[in-house]
Amino acid sequence: MRLATILLMMVLAAPVFAAQPDEMLSDPAMEERARDISADLRCLVCQNQSIDDSDAPLARDLRILVRERLLAGDTNQEAVAYIVDRYGDYVLLKPPFNVQTLLLWAAPLGALVIGTAIVVVFMRRRSSAPVAVSEALTQEEQDRLKDLMRGEGS
Amino acid sequence: MIAEIGHFALVLAFCVALVQGSVPLWGAWRGNGAMMALAPGAALAQVVLISIAFASLMYAYVVSDFSVANVYENSHSLKPMLYKVSGVWGNHEGSLLLWVLILALFGTAVAFMGANLPLTLRSRVLAVQGLIAAGFLAFSLFTSNPFLRLDPAPLDGRDLNPLLQDPGLAFHPPFLYLGYVGFSMAFSFAVAALLEGRVDAAWARWVRPWTLAAWTSLTLGIAMGSWWAYYELGWGGWWFWDPVENASFMPWLAGTALLHSAIVTEKRGALKSWTVLLAIIAFSLSLLGTFLVRSGVLTSVHAFATDPTRGIFILLLLIVAIGGSLALYAWRAPTLKADGLFAPISREGALVLNNLLLATACFTVLVGTLYPLLLDVIGGAKVSVGPPFFELTFVPLMVPLLLAMAAGPLMPWKRADLRGVLSRMKAVVFFSLALWGAVWWYATDLSPLPAFGIALATWIAAGALLEFGERIQLFRIKPGQSWGRAVGLPRSAYGMTLSHLGVAVLVAGITASSAWQTEIIRAMLPGDSQEIAGYTLVFEGVVPGQGPNYSYERGQFAVLRDGAQIAVMEPEKRQFFVQTMLTTEAAIRTTLMADLYVVLGDSGEDGSWAVRIYYNPLVPWIWGGCLLMVFGGLVSLTDRRLRLAIPSRRKTAAAVQPQAA
Repeated sequence: MRLATILLMMVLAAPVFAAQPDEMLSDPAMEERARDISADLRCLVCQNQSIDDSDAPLARDLRILVRERLLAGDTNQEAVAYIVDRYGDYVLLKPPFNVQTLLLWAAPLGALVIGTAIVVVFMRRRSSAPVAVSEALTQEEQDRLKDLMRGEGS
Repeated sequence: MIAEIGHFALVLAFCVALVQGSVPLWGAWRGNGAMMALAPGAALAQVVLISIAFASLMYAYVVSDFSVANVYENSHSLKPMLYKVSGVWGNHEGSLLLWVLILALFGTAVAFMGANLPLTLRSRVLAVQGLIAAGFLAFSLFTSNPFLRLDPAPLDGRDLNPLLQDPGLAFHPPFLYLGYVGFSMAFSFAVAALLEGRVDAAWARWVRPWTLAAWTSLTLGIAMGSWWAYYELGWGGWWFWDPVENASFMPWLAGTALLHSAIVTEKRGALKSWTVLLAIIAFSLSLLGTFLVRSGVLTSVHAFATDPTRGIFILLLLIVAIGGSLALYAWRAPTLKADGLFAPISREGALVLNNLLLATACFTVLVGTLYPLLLDVIGGAKVSVGPPFFELTFVPLMVPLLLAMAAGPLMPWKRADLRGVLSRMKAVVFFSLALWGAVWWYATDLSPLPAFGIALATWIAAGALLEFGERIQLFRIKPGQSWGRAVGLPRSAYGMTLSHLGVAVLVAGITASSAWQTEIIRAMLPGDSQEIAGYTLVFEGVVPGQGPNYSYERGQFAVLRDGAQIAVMEPEKRQFFVQTMLTTEAAIRTTLMADLYVVLGDSGEDGSWAVRIYYNPLVPWIWGGCLLMVFGGLVSLTDRRLRLAIPSRRKTAAAVQPQAA
């Protein structure tokens, strides 16, 4: 618990800066790739921040690690795979497609298809059904209607 | 003593809410006029009592009464007065009190402005409001009492989180809550209509202004939050698909859908049960948003499990409110008779498409936000769902919505001819396509997508202007006559045009700022200069100083254009005394077309400073677009036909037959 508090204090008191000038690679193209990768990796001790945005020391370590992998000649995928091997899928802000995330990835299209189906069925049924005749208004309702129409003035 | 008065008032308000939530409901069922007549008085009593409680808490904050635990935990004697006041709702207990205060204000508005509502409907609406209030007051009193005392009283407080000590965030929660709680009106009307067993044009007409008011406030609240994130968090971003942001975005999406479906229900008598369902969903998502943000479940499922009292209480509230209303819906909705037939290609059809896409988008955000939690609860893998997921799923849903948005209002009710509509839009189509090509060529991007975003914005804006032009028959009749028609147009028509233009501006801002942002990260020594987007920034050094409750280091950058100094930018780093926390204050220099944005980082051993400089094109348009949408909502609210059902004594013959809203 004590350790957690100290760690938390370190996070809060840490430099308020994400990607630092001293971490950056001299090769702009490679640095650009590192930034792209960092933007999609989660800072593990933060709430929903990428390591590119995060000030936490752990995020800094990961940023440096990504750059080391790129310097070692990894492709983007290899660098990401290297990180995922060590930290798990949790580190990916874009969750992988597998059994556990099937519902997640299927949800948008599934909802759209089901929604469209409902609309189509509804429209079919409506257009084939006889036109509903609205029931006659009661006396009270007619009075109210008259009041409203007068109030509306249009 | 004052705090005890507040506490007592809150207890009384809870008792009144119980009465308001039961007796009029019973009365409406039995046809007992006396019991129904109780409702407005109870609503009034509630607003008085909760105002007393709220004022008591605010008093404790203003005078820094640290014997009240809530004040001790969230305030400090050195804190500027603005943040002492906003500190009242800058914490869990106080924000709940604000929630019930706004709820009570809405209830009173129904009690007084709803004089021409049918008696049973008004009683049921107020009773449902009473039940919601009872639930939240119980939550406040039993788990989150803001009036608990400390003995002995501490000498000074622990201060408000420095990130929250900001004008943008001071007023963000009240507008957000106005939106959330505003949807409770649509919800209460929906439940009351289900109990009554009928939904008609008059019902939709009562519901629309409340929904519009809620939507307008929520839009403003979300825009303020995003603006705050932009200038305070110092990453140059403005939306992060954070669960807390999503929590407020879901009710907004559902509310936007409701706003549009209620039009169909009012004008054409169709989509009745869908509109009722949307009203229930919009408020349910507001409740869910409150739950997600307030229960701590987002930080960690395990943190939630170790101190579950509050979370379980809200979860129960959620289950009762959402489950109860949905069960009622399942039972009663089949009795709602719809009329108003329409062809798939028609204004109604376009609004159905709008609802389909908004509902799917809302569901996508819901699933994306809750999926990691649910998977964790059932013992699955730990996954993160971040911005890449939402960009991949949400954006493709918005494109057809935005495409349809320009054409929909040009379609007549019942049956439209798509080819005819497109031929009326010939110029708009041509102009947007030409712009797409031109921007793509000019920006020299590899991807045609950013240029497509700009073309889409143009398409929406030109479509909205075309629709307006057709209404006033611009260039077809004499300008004077067109002017006459423009004057005679209902305000709600202006509201729609303005809001749709707002969306266009927003889309352009989002596209340009995310596609064409320039970012420079580097270490600068005093005297160094940096070019960005035609500007030269000269770093002149850092001066330390003292604010009211913090010390700061203020960087100074001279901004040069064509060799001449045009401005000085001063980003700050603030070290707050009490919570020993660092915050950044970005320096932003805005033209309406772009922002120059500078953040000061850490100093190095060689006396250099880490600096982030951004050039964000069109980023001010994001908030400009939101403000236009808000303005459109406000203009629409002043429409006579929507004016909160106040009977109008004026009797005028409208010059123009209002054909739509």
